[in-house]
Amino acid sequence: MESFTNAIQSVPLNHYILLSAIIFTIGVIGVLLRRNAIIIFMSVELMLNAVNLLLTAFSVYRGDAAGQVFVFFIMALAAAEVAIGLAIIVMIYRNTNSLDINVLNRLKW
Amino acid sequence: MTTLIILSVLPLLLLYLGLFKANKTLLPVSVIGLLVGLGFAFAEWNANAQPIFSGMMLFDRFSVAFSSITILSTVLILLLSKGYFEKISSHVAEYYAIILFALAGIIVMVSFHNMVMLFIGIEIMSVSLYILAGIRKNDFASNEAALKYFLMGAFSTGFLLFGITLIYGASGSFNLEAIRNYVVESPREISPLFYTGLLLVIVGMCFKVGAAPFHFWTPDVYEGAPTLITTFMSTVVKTAGFAAFLRLFSACFATLSDFWAPVLLIITVLTLFIGNITALYQQSFKRMLAFSSISHAGYLLFAIVALGSASASSVFVYASAYSVASIIAFAALILVHRQSGSDSFDSFNGLASKNPFLAFTLTVAMLSLAGIPLTAGFVGKFFMFSEALNKYQIWLVVLAVVNAIISIFYYFRVIIAMYFRTTDRGEVAVPAYYTFVLGLSAIITIVIGVYPALISDLI
Repeated sequence: MESFTNAIQSVPLNHYILLSAIIFTIGVIGVLLRRNAIIIFMSVELMLNAVNLLLTAFSVYRGDAAGQVFVFFIMALAAAEVAIGLAIIVMIYRNTNSLDINVLNRLKW
Repeated sequence: MTTLIILSVLPLLLLYLGLFKANKTLLPVSVIGLLVGLGFAFAEWNANAQPIFSGMMLFDRFSVAFSSITILSTVLILLLSKGYFEKISSHVAEYYAIILFALAGIIVMVSFHNMVMLFIGIEIMSVSLYILAGIRKNDFASNEAALKYFLMGAFSTGFLLFGITLIYGASGSFNLEAIRNYVVESPREISPLFYTGLLLVIVGMCFKVGAAPFHFWTPDVYEGAPTLITTFMSTVVKTAGFAAFLRLFSACFATLSDFWAPVLLIITVLTLFIGNITALYQQSFKRMLAFSSISHAGYLLFAIVALGSASASSVFVYASAYSVASIIAFAALILVHRQSGSDSFDSFNGLASKNPFLAFTLTVAMLSLAGIPLTAGFVGKFFMFSEALNKYQIWLVVLAVVNAIISIFYYFRVIIAMYFRTTDRGEVAVPAYYTFVLGLSAIITIVIGVYPALISDLI
């Protein structure tokens, strides 16, 4: 465990922050630009995982377990969201035979 | 705490009742359970509450007051659900259970004392609402509302989480007290990570409460979701969102107001204008109420912009007034929609001659939403504006008053349609449950409007 912590700490904290910010931004751009509901959904998961990575890094650097416990909460709730989200997407697909969110314009934006 | 336990066990009980096909008992059991939970909430009324569960939750006066108003609104909304869900599907127990699960999440949201609980509360509530928005499985509008709400909700959760993470990285704790100590002890050495995190939390929370420019999902979701669920979202959920927003900011970031107040000020002004001006152009009553809920989010943001010791009670008064009046408006909409099959303003034509009681309560609700004196809405606006005036934000109050005047136009369109237009449609059937809810809500609106001291000094 000690060597594991040392291995994580051998990379400067700023690099973790930058990496997470980049992954998070990729997720945000994916949500804003892609039109397929499942890809948007994957981009959201990417955002959540960027957060998980950053939390773990902070947690190791501070020697505080709270951050890693929070990661478990995020994972559990992400799983719940996947269950609900895929159900909603299947429901849409049954009614429209498409996953393109451009068909969702019956209500004006 | 007992309230939260009751509200978590009650939905499980309802699911069992549904399993044993006891559909007639669902409504009485959930209303009685909620009232018991409300009683336990009152019993915890205590000025010197201490954080419990290693500082995870804090059931102080603030949380008891907001738990009570959300439970009460939920009871009123559940009474409207008599005979409503049966038309959608035969699995009625699940709908009641999911609404109560959302309410349990809301209780967590208004009682958190740790960022982890804030996140969990918001997610329990949101995940339940994603399901509720889409319960009309074959109705395209309901499908679309569910997908939009889900994608936007998950997206905003990402921002909120990234913000919480950066604040954790800077301050080293999720506990609200520890974060406040970090801010207060060395105000000059606050890490830039903390400020970035704060902005991201603002973005996440503004998404959740539907403040402009993060409001664009609100009208579609409110219009597409079944009306009863829209009622729940625009009253209980909005109240809870603002309670959580206010609790977070007054507990942690009050001393940094020079940094975030200008940001929220711009958001407030944008929200007021976008909500009110777009509402003017709507032909559908339901969509008008959706935009009006955006504009009310603007008024509620006043309390956070002008953060002070009285903020909690002014949000409480405003949210109660707004919830009660919205419940009347949506109840009337459900009844009128049943008869005419349309949400437009025209379907309210001539309501006053056929259903004087329904027209009167709806008039009281519209006056309250517009903020006319002797109704609860006026008292709420008065508290909000006077607090902003104390902070010398005079031009903000001027803009808000201009917006209040704009809002009178679209609220009065309904009243004009009801009293001055004629129609050949017959009387709208008003079931006894609806009469009770409409009457009680109208009485609450007028009583708070005449004796605001009843609830304004609670917190």
